[in-house]
Amino acid sequence: MMGDLRKINFATVWLSGCSGCHMSFLDQDEKIVDLAQKIQLAYSPLMDAKIFPENVDVTVVEGAIGNEEQLNLIKKIREHTKILIAIGDCAVTGNMVTLRNVLDNGAGAILKRAYIETATENPQIPNDVPKLLEQARPLNEIVRVDYFIPGCPPSADLINYVLTEIMAGRTPNMEGKAKYG
Amino acid sequence: MSVSSPVKIKIDGVEVTTYEGDTILSAAKRAGIYIPTLCYLDGLSSYGGCRLCIVEVKGSPKLFPSCTTPVSNGIEIITNSEKLRKFRKLTLELILSEKPHICSICVANGHCELQDLAKEFGVDHLRIEREWTAHKIDLTHDFLVIDHNRCILCARCIRACDEIEGVHVLDMKMRGKDSQVIIDMDEDWASSRSCTSCRKCAMVCPVGAIYVRDKPFSEIKDKEIAKFILSRRGS
Repeated sequence: MMGDLRKINFATVWLSGCSGCHMSFLDQDEKIVDLAQKIQLAYSPLMDAKIFPENVDVTVVEGAIGNEEQLNLIKKIREHTKILIAIGDCAVTGNMVTLRNVLDNGAGAILKRAYIETATENPQIPNDVPKLLEQARPLNEIVRVDYFIPGCPPSADLINYVLTEIMAGRTPNMEGKAKYG
Repeated sequence: MSVSSPVKIKIDGVEVTTYEGDTILSAAKRAGIYIPTLCYLDGLSSYGGCRLCIVEVKGSPKLFPSCTTPVSNGIEIITNSEKLRKFRKLTLELILSEKPHICSICVANGHCELQDLAKEFGVDHLRIEREWTAHKIDLTHDFLVIDHNRCILCARCIRACDEIEGVHVLDMKMRGKDSQVIIDMDEDWASSRSCTSCRKCAMVCPVGAIYVRDKPFSEIKDKEIAKFILSRRGS
């Protein structure tokens, strides 16, 4: 699939994360030019696409699954993607998004903290945004994930290494490279 | 120490002469052969708790923790194989999934032996669903903190407190995943009358479960402390 001249249909997704992994992705500097020549961007927070397309070759997902919208989206992404890559600790382990997981009524507790207890004006919990899940989850607890790039954020070099290996049809060797945190 | 009779063994094909009563790990170390360890620390007694230092002994289907297994004449040891790497990786995943380890907000980030081993063995994700249980953090001591959410139960702190400082403030309660390091008779750190506040527990902690408040973990951490003190005592 990757060997022919057709450009790789490529997507990046930003779920419950800080966008730091996307920043690290962009931080590949001049190497991103080589990458850009091989891919065609199908969906990304860097562009204006509202709906996740069909037939995506490679999707890079940053962030944990934190709410119902993301839960549905990740299932759709898996259905429409050949190779799914979890990038960064939030997508790989849940990272600090999962801090609420150890609390009783974790979602309720953090909403109350953010929108009631610390609000200076008009305290109310918003009801027009997707509902928070009781516990945040790493991607691989919801869908099958093909490759993982841990790190908070992963270094640009590691991202480049993994993407280059995958696009060349090789399996990246993460021994000595996969560093959490 | 080595008045006992010499013992000849083979480690990864290399002939090593050691002595009766020596462990496989210490023989390998002296021969310059690397075996990964986590709960083991030079200068403390061997605990055999983490199972990272497992090795194969030719002719046996079992895996042996090299830190507690004594050598015997003629044994052939393999320290690195596909099988061992597989089990060491799984062991690390089990340790990581038992507590809500979050490297990015941990004092030990970048100086953590568990994090380093996960990197070495390519633990790029956990195949085991994690335990989401809140564990206690004791912030009562003037400057020492114990965060049980990070504790991997390696018992280095307990051994350092007992064997090096000689006060045995720390110990372990319960069993299995309910195990927890306790202070005196399971009291708050502040109410401990036997703790000398020597910080050796923080110095030997591999993961930042015990640390000194407002001090970088890297400044406190000292893997050589037990060995150093013992050498000055002449033991």
